[in-house]
Amino acid sequence: MRIGLFVPCYVDQFYPQVAIATLELLKAQGCDVVFPLNQTCCGQPMANSGFASIAGDCNANFLHNFAGLDYIVTPSGSCALHVKEHVLPHDDTSSTYRVFELCEFLTDVLEVKNIAAQFPHRVGWHNSCHGQRMLGLSSMSEKVGPAFSKPLSLLRQVQNLTLADLERNDECCGFGGTFCVTEEAISVKMGKDRVADHTAQHVDYITGGDMSCLMHLEGILRRQKSPIKIIHIAEILNTR
Amino acid sequence: MSQHSVAADLFNKDEARVDWHDESLWFIRQKRDKAVWQIPEWEELRQLGSDIKEHTLAHLDDYWRTFEEKAAANGIQIHWAADAQEHNQIILDIMRQHQMTRIVKSKSMLTEECHLNPFLEKNGIEVIDTDLGERIVQMRNEAPSHIVLPAIHLKREDVGDTFHEHLGTEAGATDPQYLTEAARQHLREKFIQADLAITGVNFAIAETGGFVVCTNEGNADMGAHLAKIHIACMGLEKIIPKMDHLGVFLRLLARSATGQPITTYSSHFHKPRAGQEMHLVIVDNGRTTQLGRPDFRNSLKCIRCGSCINTCPVYRRSGGHSYHNAVSGPIGIILAPNLDMKANADLPFASTLCGSCTNVCPVKIDIHDQIWKWRQTVVAEGYVEGGKKQGIRLMNFVLSSPKVYRFMGKMGRSLLRIAPFLVNNGLNPWYKNREMPVAPAESFRDWYLKNENNGKHK
Amino acid sequence: MASTSRQHILEKMRQNRPTDAPELPENIQFPPFFDDPELKFCDTLAGIGGQAIFAPSYAFIAEDLQQLFPDAQLVVHAIADLPLSGVHPDTMVDDHDLAPVDLAILPSALGVAENGAIWLDERHFGRHRVLPFITQHLVIVLDRKKITHNLHAAYGLIDPTATGFGMWLAGPSKTADIEQSLVIGAHGARSLRVYLLG
Repeated sequence: MRIGLFVPCYVDQFYPQVAIATLELLKAQGCDVVFPLNQTCCGQPMANSGFASIAGDCNANFLHNFAGLDYIVTPSGSCALHVKEHVLPHDDTSSTYRVFELCEFLTDVLEVKNIAAQFPHRVGWHNSCHGQRMLGLSSMSEKVGPAFSKPLSLLRQVQNLTLADLERNDECCGFGGTFCVTEEAISVKMGKDRVADHTAQHVDYITGGDMSCLMHLEGILRRQKSPIKIIHIAEILNTR
Repeated sequence: MSQHSVAADLFNKDEARVDWHDESLWFIRQKRDKAVWQIPEWEELRQLGSDIKEHTLAHLDDYWRTFEEKAAANGIQIHWAADAQEHNQIILDIMRQHQMTRIVKSKSMLTEECHLNPFLEKNGIEVIDTDLGERIVQMRNEAPSHIVLPAIHLKREDVGDTFHEHLGTEAGATDPQYLTEAARQHLREKFIQADLAITGVNFAIAETGGFVVCTNEGNADMGAHLAKIHIACMGLEKIIPKMDHLGVFLRLLARSATGQPITTYSSHFHKPRAGQEMHLVIVDNGRTTQLGRPDFRNSLKCIRCGSCINTCPVYRRSGGHSYHNAVSGPIGIILAPNLDMKANADLPFASTLCGSCTNVCPVKIDIHDQIWKWRQTVVAEGYVEGGKKQGIRLMNFVLSSPKVYRFMGKMGRSLLRIAPFLVNNGLNPWYKNREMPVAPAESFRDWYLKNENNGKHK
Repeated sequence: MASTSRQHILEKMRQNRPTDAPELPENIQFPPFFDDPELKFCDTLAGIGGQAIFAPSYAFIAEDLQQLFPDAQLVVHAIADLPLSGVHPDTMVDDHDLAPVDLAILPSALGVAENGAIWLDERHFGRHRVLPFITQHLVIVLDRKKITHNLHAAYGLIDPTATGFGMWLAGPSKTADIEQSLVIGAHGARSLRVYLLG
């Protein structure tokens, strides 16, 4: 089983440790992982700004880099979603390119039941919208149905980790791609409100499956000089 | 900055008030959750609501022809209006024909969309909005900020001041019970005096030629059953095929809107009462154009419950007026560009695409997907600022070429590392209220080449 | 002008209509998710500001109402079996004459357990449609066996076209337009009391 590691551009540039953790985590599960060296970005920044039509070269570069692999795995629900919805040719999505967000790959494909990780901290889980609502990584407060969460099922396997209960379990953090600068006031207010929810639960860390949301929350936490740290779920699952 | 973001920025100057606004709407969202989680078949009901509406949109003209025939037999007079102006003129003509001057009007977002009130007032007609929230904003010369909760942006102190000025309530009185009683007395008088009542319509029923109006206050009925003439105004998307389908929609509507099991009054009008005239004005105003846009037509399924507005984390923190359109929030974002793409080109960007709107929608409109598609459309039609276009093109250039990307990545990170002030200044909207990420020494790719690759892969 | 618009709009509806729409859902029914419709009705009604009372007889209702509304000046009802003096609504001439009504007592044919709604049409309130709204207080008398579980079942049991106007009534008039605080008695009746007879 050959897996192509797709590293979102901002993770590559700003949070290499998240990609390293993802790579190590997959290898520890016995996967053969390759990192196609000429990858750049899934094209989401352009498309979400209304410029999907000019992102053809970017998309082509993605498809070229990730051709012929069994799975494409990425530590980002948002990028996985974008690739699935807007980059893959819509006539053969399932056959050629099988794209997975990291957590769902671990729970659904590798069926990981016993992760050998330790994290003796109090942790708040941030549900990133694209992973949750569009990829269906977990149940949603709006929809009537049984409760489940793929990422939380993994975090519950981590020894000594305490999960905090939040007041608004699946409210958007306000990152929203270019929204974070074009609607700066709302974006920041949404982020502050998410931070306040976690702060009220006395968490040591906010974790999540999307570094973009966490980067935004981190920016606010650091401005507030908060002791709360952010950490990607891959980093927690990769602790030994 | 876009019109929405400027208004949102202003709204956020008073953070305590933003918190209060957010909590008020979140409270309604929670009431909605509590109500819908009691119904085991909730998701099936949503699908049924969606299917009935989609089916109806594919047979609109057939259902309207059936409706017309039945309604005419019931004694309802039908009028068709291509646009807002024709809608307003029809109402004025009926008033003039009967030499009437006083209207009581219950909630109708359509008449807001058509700007009926200013038109009639200009023509010497008194229009009194009778929904309490609408009356409050009318007295204050404001527009409703929410389709179901028109005065949700106001505090009791604001209402107290307004009523003190207009209704002579005690100065400083803010008790909602007391203020509502004052409005009740004031509006009873208006109901008794009115010549003509205008109501909105929630559902028109093709098979019976009747229509249903839902309120909690009873204001639509107080108006309609006392006035000599009742004019009901509706957008042409609000028709359903059969009476039985009301079972689906009335179960969905109030639970989604406010968490009530059904609105207090769900009034089924089929014939005028003895001596009364009943008119129905059916309005297009861009709706058949929207029907012709495959990406956006299913916005016409909307039953105006407002649940997408209550759940929207952006709306809750920017207020209804920031949308500068009669219908605010996520549903407003996808309806407004059809009315005026240029004026509303900013709205599709007033969203994080979080998708909560789509999840609560009782008729399963893919709201967040349509917001994304409207972004593509307004850009394709050229309604986007030049500076932004340049920026995105540059970003695309960088991200389309692995070499340029790697070069720019190094530049970006080294800039951050060597001279943080170059980026960390007030001109960068990110930095206004957030720290920049700390730049690492190397990218993942650099690390990978050093530690993992061994020249093994491409 | 008007007929031009009509023609134009209907044509555009046809031109622009989608072609891949689902079949029209029909005969929609769902089973109840509660055991006792009568108790569910009482609970639901209480949750929306009304009150349901089990009444063994009309005499019980009359006595109860006399105690509750001793000061009611103008009481309107048309229930022959109810031993309580009142004006028959049809004897009132103009709708506006109903403005001073303190208490209206109306029969109903059907209640819905899931949402606490009651069906009323001109067979129940007569020709003055405004009566159930304009009265200060509203009382409904309903056979306790005439409670169905949900709206799907209910629409099979009523005929909303039987008279020119009918409605689901669910609780007293209410508003929360001032800071979301619930106030009972907006424009319509200030209270709703439902006697479940039998």
